[in-house]
Amino acid sequence: MDGASFHVEPGVVTGLIGPNGAGKTTMFNVISGLYRADSGSIRFMDHSIERLSPHKITRLGLVRTFQIARGFPKLSVFEHLMVYGAQQPGEGIGTALAGSASARQREAELAEKALSIAARLRLSHVIDNRVTALSGGQKKLLEIGRALMAEPRMILFDEPAAGVNPTLAEEIGDHLLALVSEGMTVLLIEHDMALIERICKRVIVMAQGRTLAEGSFDDVRENREVQDAYLGGRR
Amino acid sequence: MLTYILFMLVVGSIYALLAQSLMLSWGLAGLVNLGLAGFFAVGAYASAMLTTWEQAPILVGVSVAVLAGGLAGLLVCFSTLRLRDDYLAIVTLGFAEIVRIVASNEVWLTGGTDGISGVPVMIARDTGVWFHLGTLLITVAAVILVYVLQRRLLASPWGRALRAVREDQTVASVAGKSIVRFKAQAFSLAAAIAGLAGALYGHYTSYVAPDQFQPLITIYIFLAVTAGGNARPAGAVLGAYLLVAFLEATRFLAEIAPGVTALQAAALREIAVGIGLVIVLTLRPDGLLPERSQKAPAS
Repeated sequence: MDGASFHVEPGVVTGLIGPNGAGKTTMFNVISGLYRADSGSIRFMDHSIERLSPHKITRLGLVRTFQIARGFPKLSVFEHLMVYGAQQPGEGIGTALAGSASARQREAELAEKALSIAARLRLSHVIDNRVTALSGGQKKLLEIGRALMAEPRMILFDEPAAGVNPTLAEEIGDHLLALVSEGMTVLLIEHDMALIERICKRVIVMAQGRTLAEGSFDDVRENREVQDAYLGGRR
Repeated sequence: MLTYILFMLVVGSIYALLAQSLMLSWGLAGLVNLGLAGFFAVGAYASAMLTTWEQAPILVGVSVAVLAGGLAGLLVCFSTLRLRDDYLAIVTLGFAEIVRIVASNEVWLTGGTDGISGVPVMIARDTGVWFHLGTLLITVAAVILVYVLQRRLLASPWGRALRAVREDQTVASVAGKSIVRFKAQAFSLAAAIAGLAGALYGHYTSYVAPDQFQPLITIYIFLAVTAGGNARPAGAVLGAYLLVAFLEATRFLAEIAPGVTALQAAALREIAVGIGLVIVLTLRPDGLLPERSQKAPAS
């Protein structure tokens, strides 16, 4: 990646599109701290985050999801949601051994939140199942749910609707719009252009590791460079 | 015969402590720790040296052994942070061998291959059967104490996060968990438990020498934990006692097998252990007591 630079407006859904191999997922890996950039800077809510480890970035309120629904095979849906819960004093080894009222209280709060998120995503009936027993669509929904458990200010979604049926893709789009209406900021990688057109206020186009264009969906659709990038050069 | 059974139960309890140590580092944290015998040795030597040569009280010796085990665990963990799976296994195995070989050769420090004899015992030896029974009660109390602590840890948010780290550390770090902290805590606590096992063992046999800490012990404990269930404290404990019972039972069976020499009988026992494990894992792939998930509260 070289020469990739963009700004994400708070409180809207921004699309990040580009042909395969453009560097979109790499961009997410760099932003979320999984890869370290050789140079350049990333700012989130007045913090420089380009040198932070992934868990610190998450704690600042910036969470990402994974393209291929990744997870913890031997943990249940409920446990997946609970693990994403922040500020649980019971995760300290001393508190875990001694037990504390604040840890129990936080656990109850998180459990309540997990149940409501599961209900919202229609995962209540599989809450005690292991994730390996979920369908592809349910895994995608859980991916959204656990990002929500972290109480983020901004979520990076990596193809949340890839490989799901059109009805579910539409539903996932509605979920993202609902998050934004609650004050969250969303950056979305997606190849489903109908979905991008419907929910993204702004679109950023990447190709060959750099940003190519920025603007509304209609603007970038008319952009000659963008058309070339998708069609593989000028004919 | 009674003395023999009590002796085996004490050994089973020591193994149960080692099995719980392995359950924590391998079963819950996913760190393939082939250095178990090394931490066992560190604990045994720490307490034996202090109590035999410095005449420290046994309780002090045992406490120092737990600390020494934990410290050794922290050291190994931080020098292997970037390693996973097979590489971690190789390095930890190397650690255990280094401990054993240093103990054999640095005579000024450890007494060399002669070991340390005359290690103080916890119950006076001249009490006959009470010596074994008393030591058994102490070791069983240690097993129960460690078991209760592990149950608490496993049921806590700490245990849940640790299992997540085991399953996929990239996702766990995105979930906001510090991978390094969880691994280091689990690994050093596990090493401290192995250190406790070593100290108790030395104060029972009254003798500590490098030969007692062969890699075979680690392998036996892996068998016990695999058969019992590697992510359940009860599974580890059950597996350890079953392993000792099985090893002793095959000793008698090999003796009555017709037409085999003593050497062949020993080999038969190893074969029987292997077959036993295969049968358990065929019937119960996740061990006798498989991993359990935390249930969602009824809404």
